[in-house]
Amino acid sequence: MNRVIQVRTTSTNWLRAVGNRLLDVAPLLVALILAFLVGSVLLLALNVSPLAGFSSMLQGAFGSENTIAETLVKATPMLLVAIGICISFRGGMINVGGEGQMIAGAVAGVTVALALSTSPSLIAVPLSIFAGFLAGAIYGGLAGWLKAYFNVNEILSTIMLNAIAVQMMNYLLNGPLLDPTEAGVNHVPKTARIAEQLQIARLSIPLPEGVAELFSLQNAELFARTRLHWGLIIAIVLAVLAYFLLWRTTIGYRIRAVGENERAAKYAGIRVRWNMVLAMLFAGGFAGLAGVVQVLGLQYRLQTDGSATGFTANAGFNGIVAALFGGLNPLGAIPASIFFGGLLVGAQKMQRDLGVPAALITSLNGLIVIFAVSSEYFRAALARRRSLGGGSMSGAQPVTAPPETAETRIDPGDSIGLVSS
Amino acid sequence: MGFGNYRTPHSYGYVMTERSSPHAIQSLEMRGVVKRFPGVMALKGVDFDVRAGEIHALLGENGAGKSTLMKILYGLYQPTDGEIVLNGTPVTIHSPHDSISRGIGMIHQHFMLVPSLTVAENVALGMKSGRGSMLDLKQIAKALNELSERYNLKIDPKRPIWQLAVGEQQRVEIIRALYRGAALLILDEPTAVLTPQESDHLFTVLKQMAAEGHAVIFISHKLHEVLAISNRITVLRDGARVDTIPTVGATKLSLAEMMVGRPVVLEYEVPPPAAEGVVRLKLEAVSAMSERGDLGLREAALEVRGGEILGVAGVSGNGQHELAEVIAGMRPAVNGKIIINGAVSTNITPEVLRKRGVAYIPEERMIDGVVGKFTVAENYVLKTHGEKTYTRGGLWLNMRAVANACRKAIHNYEIKTPGTDTPIKNLSGGNIQKLVLARELAENPGVLIAAQPTRGVDIGATEYIHRRLLDERAKGTAILLISEDLDEVMALSDRIIVMYEGQIVGEVVRGAYDVRHIGALMAGVTAEALEDSA
Repeated sequence: MNRVIQVRTTSTNWLRAVGNRLLDVAPLLVALILAFLVGSVLLLALNVSPLAGFSSMLQGAFGSENTIAETLVKATPMLLVAIGICISFRGGMINVGGEGQMIAGAVAGVTVALALSTSPSLIAVPLSIFAGFLAGAIYGGLAGWLKAYFNVNEILSTIMLNAIAVQMMNYLLNGPLLDPTEAGVNHVPKTARIAEQLQIARLSIPLPEGVAELFSLQNAELFARTRLHWGLIIAIVLAVLAYFLLWRTTIGYRIRAVGENERAAKYAGIRVRWNMVLAMLFAGGFAGLAGVVQVLGLQYRLQTDGSATGFTANAGFNGIVAALFGGLNPLGAIPASIFFGGLLVGAQKMQRDLGVPAALITSLNGLIVIFAVSSEYFRAALARRRSLGGGSMSGAQPVTAPPETAETRIDPGDSIGLVSS
Repeated sequence: MGFGNYRTPHSYGYVMTERSSPHAIQSLEMRGVVKRFPGVMALKGVDFDVRAGEIHALLGENGAGKSTLMKILYGLYQPTDGEIVLNGTPVTIHSPHDSISRGIGMIHQHFMLVPSLTVAENVALGMKSGRGSMLDLKQIAKALNELSERYNLKIDPKRPIWQLAVGEQQRVEIIRALYRGAALLILDEPTAVLTPQESDHLFTVLKQMAAEGHAVIFISHKLHEVLAISNRITVLRDGARVDTIPTVGATKLSLAEMMVGRPVVLEYEVPPPAAEGVVRLKLEAVSAMSERGDLGLREAALEVRGGEILGVAGVSGNGQHELAEVIAGMRPAVNGKIIINGAVSTNITPEVLRKRGVAYIPEERMIDGVVGKFTVAENYVLKTHGEKTYTRGGLWLNMRAVANACRKAIHNYEIKTPGTDTPIKNLSGGNIQKLVLARELAENPGVLIAAQPTRGVDIGATEYIHRRLLDERAKGTAILLISEDLDEVMALSDRIIVMYEGQIVGEVVRGAYDVRHIGALMAGVTAEALEDSA
């Protein structure tokens, strides 16, 4: 029994591993293709050539330094929300309260930032960000608490909390938090601008000499004159941390156990109710971060047009889409968020160029989710086939499993040899 | 072969009025039947035949292909290859409707009855009425009464199904099949839900039916039943037929070896308890609610000493489930006291119970035992993942330590798995159960609640689990063994208590085990009444 399970690195094994991974990703690609096919039909119905439409979109999303930056700017809050969604969905909580939690975070963050406008940034910025996280966590945790202790359906409660948050924000922006310079003048609902030293810095990447010339860029630094900010880096780092939280810590283990099988978790001595609340605390916290980062990094003030999405621009909902498309894995959510960010930005260009309503992209989003979710069943069926066929079972995991690399894959033949020896 | 030439016993007038023609099944053969599911070959060319007037037992482990073969015969599956020959003519059976019209009836493990309807209404379901759109319930009731009298299958056609006990519901299923003119009856594990007495009665009925010219296929994995009732036995293993043999001359041991493919041990030597152990588990008048909202467990009192196995016998649903869960902390006790190693442990969390040395093998392993999507390793540490051995600083899971511990368990418990990172739901029932066992025994519990530990588990794993339970007993663990399999309870237990309608109605000690006595207790006959009759 001291024999270590040998990891074979023969070429066939490696090929099989790659093949398995490809098969895992294939359904998602199929989902994308199907969604774009249906999207093409919609474009044709609008008398627009799909080719022209999608190429305009692609250009609008990734065509230039600035559009790439805009795509990443859109992706940032979406990613932060998506990280939280991954945790809550893994914990079995269908959290659709990203919008409300974002708003809670933004309101708390901007309040702290305005109050500390004369403090040094080293104190004020972390405090503001933390306030945003905390407020979002409390707002999400509220729904978790209602679910865990009173069995209130979390889908309903989070939707209602969204509505409450919007109205609360509207009240605050028109009253206590209203920019003093606006009072009695235009009365645009917005807060005062936060002090410069509290703003999250713009992000630019210094380029090696010659590269800028090569791509005929105007600046020596990539993204120098764009709105891209350090929030993106914060989000990506947090996504990695959340991945470790979910799959490498006891906290994440318990949240996932409760989400997958409440009864087995209960019997194993895991506090089911607390972990439900905890999952929602995390989810709300990350959405709250999305809110506060949006304020400190991009808008420098909290403002809204009074509509439900006036401040969030739907990031609270789009984050759900990105999380699902990323396989409820925070690492998968990174490319998924950038992809959906690109769709949104590209849609605006398509609207400008071809007069196609940008709302088309909303329906494309929906189609992608429908196809991606149904591809999940397809994938499960494929996995079952492969495992029944005696192939590598470790590769037959559903998208919900943590990704594994070819190196860590255990050869089935070998380990069976181990148990029978 | 024409129908007019002879008269089968079931082709009476009332059946004729139901437009179901009389069927004659002289012989039925399945030749070289292959069934391939995506990626797996469930049947690899099986030959099987049954003749009028015989009871043919189909024996095999879970997954051997018994059910698949019979589902093909009943028209639920189509064979990938092979043919079905009825009375010498090849036939294709497209659907259950098709098989019913050819005189094949099947009694499933899970009854297909509508609880709110009466017996007669259930029989009428799916049949054409003799009176057009009007139900002909009177006619049906009359026919059912005649059938029930004929076969001594007592049933009241006017009673709704939900009022009937499980054994009675099975009778309804059999009568329904007969009413529809079944000449060949397939019974899928029919005794799983019956007391020994009810089983005996069923056997009498089946033998009578065979004597009258019916053909009966009896699916089972219980060896003594197969030996008691059948004329011939076909053994399946891994989707292939091992052999078909006459029952005369077969023994339990020879059949078990055919099923498993290697010599097996069916009876264990249970040494007497070394010494009077201390009382580790004690219940004082414990009651608990069932899911139905009534008292599923009523005033249960028992004691289990270290080094002792207390068996709990009873027909499914008589409070055993509630008993196990209330001790394991999964169900609140509404009154009474549970004492573990001298400490009152009523209504405390599973976590605290674990620290007091209680381990639990739950009845539904996929619901209560494991997290299906978690890997084998993750499931292994479901209870202990927070311990120092598996974490760094109580927060970071030490995946390598987890995998190593799990690998040891895989080795020690002979668990067959591709690796520690395989989702556990991909394993077979026996291997999942072994992992649960490994996890529960890892902490050297003082009290072990084993609820249906071998249900749905193959013979090899069953044998293994039994040995482990006896090992635990030798180590001084107090074991409560709850099982609907009376053979299992009798083979392993030092004492047996019997449950009926939520109460413990009797206790028998080793040496005085008697199937008929225990069976009577399981059926609700009181101990006093038994003594009176003796």
